[in-house]
Amino acid sequence: MTEERYAADRRLIAILALLVAVVSVLYIVVGLKSSTWRYALSLRVPRLLAMIVTGAAAAYSTVTFQTLTNNRILTPAIMGLDSLYVLLQSLAVYLFGAGSVVVSDPRLNFLVVIAGMLAFAVVLYNFLYRREERGLAFLLLVGIILGTFFQSGASFIQMVVDPNEFSVLQNRMLASFNNMNTGILWLAGILLVGAMIVIARQLTTLDVLALGREHAINLGVPYDRVVRRLMVVVAVLVSVSTGLVGPLMFLGLLVANLARERLHTYLHRYLLAAAALISILALVGGQFLAERVFNFAAPISVLINLAGGLYFILLLLKESRA
Amino acid sequence: MPEPKAMHNIVLALCLAIFSILSLVLGLSQFSVVKLATGEDLVSQIIILSRIPRVASIIMAGMAMAIGGLIMQQISKNRFVSPTTAGTIDAARFGMLVVLILFPRFSAFGKMLLVFVFALGGSLLFMGILGRIKMRNVVFVPLLGLMLGNVIGSVTTFLAYRYDLVQNVNTWLTGNFAMITQGRYELLYFSLPLLMAAFAYADRFTLAGMGEEFAVGLGLNYKQVVTVGLVIVSLLSALVVITVGRIPFLGLIVPNMVTLYLGDNLRKSIATTALAGAVFLLGADLLGRVLIAPYEIPIGLTVGVAGSVVFLYLLLRGERR
Repeated sequence: MTEERYAADRRLIAILALLVAVVSVLYIVVGLKSSTWRYALSLRVPRLLAMIVTGAAAAYSTVTFQTLTNNRILTPAIMGLDSLYVLLQSLAVYLFGAGSVVVSDPRLNFLVVIAGMLAFAVVLYNFLYRREERGLAFLLLVGIILGTFFQSGASFIQMVVDPNEFSVLQNRMLASFNNMNTGILWLAGILLVGAMIVIARQLTTLDVLALGREHAINLGVPYDRVVRRLMVVVAVLVSVSTGLVGPLMFLGLLVANLARERLHTYLHRYLLAAAALISILALVGGQFLAERVFNFAAPISVLINLAGGLYFILLLLKESRA
Repeated sequence: MPEPKAMHNIVLALCLAIFSILSLVLGLSQFSVVKLATGEDLVSQIIILSRIPRVASIIMAGMAMAIGGLIMQQISKNRFVSPTTAGTIDAARFGMLVVLILFPRFSAFGKMLLVFVFALGGSLLFMGILGRIKMRNVVFVPLLGLMLGNVIGSVTTFLAYRYDLVQNVNTWLTGNFAMITQGRYELLYFSLPLLMAAFAYADRFTLAGMGEEFAVGLGLNYKQVVTVGLVIVSLLSALVVITVGRIPFLGLIVPNMVTLYLGDNLRKSIATTALAGAVFLLGADLLGRVLIAPYEIPIGLTVGVAGSVVFLYLLLRGERR
């Protein structure tokens, strides 16, 4: 019986992988012209890779975070981590000056900001775990307000640093789907692989953590140490996705919940793989449809926000009934 | 104890006067009292064309947002609800976009009416959802409102991309008084009769805030009062969004701070709330103008930073009790 279920899950994952391969090829190939193919490829390949890395990072960070916090609504993006990345980037400009290496070199900038993210992850960890008794809605609201604060704080600092170059600075620093930061692609890819390896070595621990704190400790998991380490991994993953394409508030929420609903298992081996594939499929497929088929000017992130917001409201209403 | 409460208002009114004068003369080119007294052309021109409209619009917008928040908190019986956390402002922005796409030739007044219809629709939708859910957790309600606003906001952004109006939409995203000049803010004067109506209804809002059954038992036409409240809030929001843009959190934090000291009786707190809203907004505007002079920081950003900090404080503090 269980073997059958796993077989079904494996089949689903295989189908997803196939679909991802198909849309990736489509994204690269459709509309190539013999005269300009070289130039088109030089644009498309990095963008495709950026979306793949982002999708995987968003899925891995969200699934892990949800397991750590033991719920299906809280995600790193909703707790304001994405916006914090943007704030830290602006702070770097403020502290080191717009002309310094820390700001102008995208890779160095990325690493400096990640250091800040790690520091915050520790603070967030303490906050989440010491105040658990306050309830989910409270944490969510605090997270969303924190996000707003980080966002307006970031714009505020950028304004204060250099009103003349405000928009230039904003364009150069802040990644978005129309303005992917492919300069850090390799670095981000390496970090993603590193994070995935750390998580891969904790797969069975994650399965146990999903049972809740008490059970995990009873079953011999060194709870605090493991959770703290995984929080650090989550912070790195959030930096990877935000650094490449900017804040994506609801992508993680959508794909993690889809994976949890579609699969018949709680095993993270399957959950993580499925969530990552769905996420990549949504980004690449969505961007392909938007760019080449429907000719939307709107980036796919707007649509994800729309779908994610509605889904979030549904989850909230469901939660409030329970 | 009528005296200490009257003191609040006197202090606030004094602040209002000082801030207003500061705002009028701050950074004025070649300003001097002599030139002003002799009616030097340039100086009086600047004051009449730009400074007086600016101060007037800030005062009215501050009062409008603060009173709007106060009313919303009463009728939803939740102190974390305001036009920004109930989808009202986002619905108004959506309405503004629809006006730009479908009826770009409307007069300012016509636009205002249409935006008002959208703002009212957004508020009603939110109140409708609230009525349906059973769990009235105090933080759950604003969470839902923020998400509703977020969804409406994404639809707005999506349409804006389709019709190439992203820039226009972004200008209403962060409120800004720098563009206010004579002839571009007069619509805000419509907020004055609305504020008066709010004052007249203060007692009824207080009763409505005690719950439907209790209020009806006391002989209040509950449905009518709630509707009047929502109409006033939506009109105020529409006016502010059209003329100034989005000012986040003001309607949330100012009424809360005032209620913290003066209690829930609207008759006692409504005047103070209005004054405090105006003073807060004037102060934020002055700060934004001083910090990076000769440039200025849009007021939406200043208020966004200050407002989210105060909101977090209120949240953490409220839960501790």
